[in-house]
Amino acid sequence: MNSLFEYTLRLGDDSLMIGHRLSEWCGHGPILEEDIAMTNIALDFVGQATSLLELAGKFEGKGRSGDDLAFLRFDRDYKNVLLVEQPNVDFGVTMMRQFLFDAYRKPLFERLQYASNKEIAAIAEKSLKETKYHLRHSSEWVIRLGDGTEESHTRIQEALDNLWRYTGELFYSDDVDKELIAAGEIPSMDGLEKEWRQTVNEVLAEATLKIPESDWQFDGGRKGMHSEHLGYILTELQYMQRAYPGLEW
Amino acid sequence: MKEEDRAILEQNFQAKIDNDIRIEPNDWMPDAYRETLIRQISQHAHSEIVGMLPEGNWITRAPNLRRKAVLLAKVQDEAGHGLYLYSATETLGADREDTIDDLHSGKAKYSSIFNYPTLSWADMGAIGWLVDGAAIMNQVPLCRCSYGPYARAMVRVCKEESFHQRQGFEIMMTLAKGSPEQKAMAQDALNRFWWPALMMFGPNDAESKHTAQSMKWKIKRHTNDELRQQFVDVTVPQAELIGLTVPDPDLKFNEQTGHYEYGEINWDEFWQVVKGNGPCNKERVDARRKAKEDGLWVREAATAYAAKKKLRKQAS
Repeated sequence: MNSLFEYTLRLGDDSLMIGHRLSEWCGHGPILEEDIAMTNIALDFVGQATSLLELAGKFEGKGRSGDDLAFLRFDRDYKNVLLVEQPNVDFGVTMMRQFLFDAYRKPLFERLQYASNKEIAAIAEKSLKETKYHLRHSSEWVIRLGDGTEESHTRIQEALDNLWRYTGELFYSDDVDKELIAAGEIPSMDGLEKEWRQTVNEVLAEATLKIPESDWQFDGGRKGMHSEHLGYILTELQYMQRAYPGLEW
Repeated sequence: MKEEDRAILEQNFQAKIDNDIRIEPNDWMPDAYRETLIRQISQHAHSEIVGMLPEGNWITRAPNLRRKAVLLAKVQDEAGHGLYLYSATETLGADREDTIDDLHSGKAKYSSIFNYPTLSWADMGAIGWLVDGAAIMNQVPLCRCSYGPYARAMVRVCKEESFHQRQGFEIMMTLAKGSPEQKAMAQDALNRFWWPALMMFGPNDAESKHTAQSMKWKIKRHTNDELRQQFVDVTVPQAELIGLTVPDPDLKFNEQTGHYEYGEINWDEFWQVVKGNGPCNKERVDARRKAKEDGLWVREAATAYAAKKKLRKQAS
């Protein structure tokens, strides 16, 4: 297996899918300021996906472009975590999904910005700036909704209960990561989960929310086994490229 | 206020306008001037916000990552324009939420062009090229509007609109030089958006009830027909350049006037769409209303949290 390809593909697919989900909000946000914020964040993720998938194509060395990878794979070849493909449902679920993900992305990029692989490091450094803002934005909303009204508290607690099962996969690790760490391409990920957990504990405590007791965790996304939702995302995402193959747009 | 005092204030006000001195929020202004501006600026703000929907419709289906990013950025700009425009109405004493409720109840209007559906990717090109192109014609003169906050908002809006117009034209150009099916897609979009774009300038001058007063107040600097002509004159050669045909059999260039003459606009269609009978009027307003209703619990939570935070700060 080409570990550099696989690793950047995973990162790129995470950005691609969460960006897609956020972009579905465009024009439908709960307030105009949030419509602007979510569109802006979606745009950051599309930008990250573009850089990461371009780089994955380069690592693969078979001439596939970022667009080829974004639009022309089958579902099993997408390697994003299940969390990012989960539906928006409502603003609470969207913000909780975002928070759980941003809290993982920040310490991840903090490590990757020092990767010996200069191309990965450069993308991580740029993305980290964006991620810090994303995390601030999503944390603030989790706190507001958790400690807002009774209704908002109930809704965001339910969002947490439902999404918690997808957080374990954020720390999925296999030969791909191990090989790159051993080869010195990327730094060690020691302490990543602990840092995530610390951010999550602090923000959820301030939000007066309770971490679910069940320890059951799903995975599969990193190996290409997705939830039913991915097929529908791909139907929209790939529509033009599948309907009109091989054209310039 | 005494009648003679009011007459003096009105004279001073008109003298400022005549001397191209900007009116600012704290200056005295006639009620009708204030109301006209609130109506026009909030209508403009609503158009930006409703206008996010037909384009937002294609973000998840954009054909490549670059187009997706550009479209997201464009729709985000529109939300930003909506925000400054609502702020401009607030400088006149209007309440943003009240004006939005007027949109939802059907009392306030927005640009009718957004009541047409976006059926293909080429519509993203046609909207940028024609709709933003027409908006620029309308908005560039508004940068010199007599009301300061509106004029200043328009300076920034126009810069972004000109980028939108270029990206739309570039989409059309790419399609027009692409495969036969891409070219057909571009031509179809032009066919559907051409006449609605001409209607964006509003009724003929003889029918326009607000034009004369708005020109006297220098809210408006050109008539609807002047702006429409300018748009046709600029846009027809652009269509020719990329090999698309403007869907008007009566269109011809008049060497003597230096202008294009164009066919009769279907004003019945225009008034039907204004009255609410366009293909997407109901969907657009329903989508906006739903966003507001679905977001109610979020806004309530934000308010409740802010109040709690303030109390805690006072207590500590």
